[in-house]
Amino acid sequence: MDLSFTPEELAFRDECRKFFREEFPQAISRKVLDGQHLSKDEIVTAHRILNAKGWATPHWPEAWGGKTWSAVQYYFYQDEMQQAGVPSPLAFNTSMVGPVIAQFGSEEMKKRFLPATANLDIWWCQGFSEPGAGSDLASLRTKAEKRGNTWVINGQKTWTTLAQHADWIFVLCRTDATAKKQEGISFILADMKTPGITRRPIQTIDGGHEVNEIFFDEVVVPEENLVGEINKGWDYAKFLLGNERTGIARVGFSKARLKKIRELAALERVGEQRVIDDPKFIEKLTATEIRLKALEMTQLRVVANDRGRGGRPDPASSILKLEGSVIQQATTELLMDVVGPYVMPFAESDEGSGRNEVGWGPEYAAQSAPAYFNNRKVSIYGGSNEIQRNIIAKAILGF
Amino acid sequence: MDFDLSDDQRLLKDSVDRLIADRYAFESRKKIMAEPGGWSRDMWAQFAELGLLGLPFPEAQGGFGGGPVETMLVMEAIGRGLVLEPFLPTVILGGGLIQAAGSPEQQKTLLPQIAQGKKTYAFAQVERSSRYNLADVQTTAKKDGDSWIINGEKSVVIAGDTADTLIVTARTAGGRFDRQGIGLFLVNAKAQGVTIQGYPTQDGTHAAEIRFDNARAEATLGDPAGGLAAAELVMDQAIAAICAEAVGLMHEMHTTTVDYMKTRKQFGRAISEFQVLQHRSVDMFVALEQARSMSMFATFAASETDAAIRSRNISAAKVQINNSGKHIGQECVQLHGGIAMTMEYKAGHYFKRMTMLEQLFGDTNTHQAKVAKGGSLF
Repeated sequence: MDLSFTPEELAFRDECRKFFREEFPQAISRKVLDGQHLSKDEIVTAHRILNAKGWATPHWPEAWGGKTWSAVQYYFYQDEMQQAGVPSPLAFNTSMVGPVIAQFGSEEMKKRFLPATANLDIWWCQGFSEPGAGSDLASLRTKAEKRGNTWVINGQKTWTTLAQHADWIFVLCRTDATAKKQEGISFILADMKTPGITRRPIQTIDGGHEVNEIFFDEVVVPEENLVGEINKGWDYAKFLLGNERTGIARVGFSKARLKKIRELAALERVGEQRVIDDPKFIEKLTATEIRLKALEMTQLRVVANDRGRGGRPDPASSILKLEGSVIQQATTELLMDVVGPYVMPFAESDEGSGRNEVGWGPEYAAQSAPAYFNNRKVSIYGGSNEIQRNIIAKAILGF
Repeated sequence: MDFDLSDDQRLLKDSVDRLIADRYAFESRKKIMAEPGGWSRDMWAQFAELGLLGLPFPEAQGGFGGGPVETMLVMEAIGRGLVLEPFLPTVILGGGLIQAAGSPEQQKTLLPQIAQGKKTYAFAQVERSSRYNLADVQTTAKKDGDSWIINGEKSVVIAGDTADTLIVTARTAGGRFDRQGIGLFLVNAKAQGVTIQGYPTQDGTHAAEIRFDNARAEATLGDPAGGLAAAELVMDQAIAAICAEAVGLMHEMHTTTVDYMKTRKQFGRAISEFQVLQHRSVDMFVALEQARSMSMFATFAASETDAAIRSRNISAAKVQINNSGKHIGQECVQLHGGIAMTMEYKAGHYFKRMTMLEQLFGDTNTHQAKVAKGGSLF
């Protein structure tokens, strides 16, 4: 048992640090660390810098641009990226549809989609949730019918993140209404320009327009857009959701947030006292730091344990989601404590920018309340924290 | 980075686990508690035979040559078994202070005595209002020829009622809170002028109030005016050790709760089928794993050479341990229901020990303040 890293591991960490801190536009990193939304161009720019180094898709199969990194290397890659404020490669492409196509798609489909997906030449969005299918995703009702050599899709998806930028959507559709609900679902790809697809933006409580509803009305797509086998979509969806196991804790990101909060708390004053000298504030900040340190250690334990599991997800990774989400939320509360009355001004933003451009108070204040409101999502998405508790109850405690 | 145990560490863990499983069942522990001082000399001899009492000492001094990881493994087992013998005061505190501050001659003589189970120690450090500040010392030591005369009172000295030798913090110079002028003195518990009033504690162990009226010390450990740094180092090592003990307790409390939920039936079914109770036991599991992570963090911090970083990191671990321990302890009792309120059932005993560990060597407020003062953990 030894908590120190090998010289090779540390050299890799330093390579990551240098790359993430030096090769990305400062304006992008600053926005990420301030909790602002990025524009489409900014996301594409950062993604392509990663892909040019071959680092957008490290967990893909080697033949399609993946790396044979150790769990520790992968940990440093994520941690340093998050600490530097570099946006993660677009998850819909690299963590979701990419690995599914690489694992289950035909050779033709791989050639057609994987390189373009890796380089973000195609922007994907995720058609999973529906108004009546949230945590109980398998009860989804959007259906695809086989007509000749096409699929015809009818139904409605929701919470479709950044669909306003998307070129393509991957859709879970019901293809057998008579089977058990998990066994009648297929995974189908659709071009967003196909007639019959319409989008309605949803404004969220932070004022931003991250998410959308997508309607499918007699949408006709070629039969070869089915990924893998018919009625196996639920297995592919589970594979997809199990893909992101350790990054979801966002420990590196929370570390960067806390560092920033410390800096700002030394600037902001209440009367003559710096916020950081307020005993109540420092108590809350310290409590969050301790909790994050514990999570960082837990994440390292999960990472180390990963080596012996042959790719099977460690149920303990559900702890990472549970604690990581709550800590992210706590950092947004701390920032509001630092900011004080200037949490209040609100400005209506354009679709996509999500930026609270108010023009009053210090620059860092404007995004504090929107970040707090926006981060309430992190304990809901990716399997709500209650679902994570169900997973631990069943898989670890044996209930 | 490697969380796996070495072969030797696994062997150690297996043998300690086996001893606890064989000899420390709930009923056996009850009998041990009734012995004088509340612990078993026979068990102590077995610890010595297994090499546990010399675990952290160099092999040249009759020890096992173990480091913080070995201590962590043994302390976790001690927690799981609710072990009553004075391993912490004798080996970790007594042996630790002799290693940190004693002369080579003292180490050569005293450490083998501990390793062989011949001598037990207690660290007489707390005073009526000092709480967790090792520098707050009003007990005095005055030079008298070649020896030192001790006067003062020490509070809640862990295992102070049965220790052969007391290691006493006493002031040779300076004012009440000065960091300079504190010495570590070896005092025979049977020496003239030493009055020991022992008593049982809430968790089944023992402590004592000790008065020194012109009691003569046998020797000092190191510089009679510069003992504080060694005391703080050993206290940090002891905190890391009780963090591991607490993880052992939490593990047992959680496992016991989950097992109980699967067998206890109400409304015609096992209470483990109720989702509200499932989620509460999951939150206990999360608290346990977070505590386990921080116990490992403390274990590695114990050998950190920068005293300020060491101390801050170990305080951070103690905060997590206290928070997790309180949560798991209270939930363990709540989810068991009435049975955990009784002395007949083990859960309450774990809860009581955990609650005392939250106070021992620094409560949550004290350690959180130390972390705050120490700057960012990242």
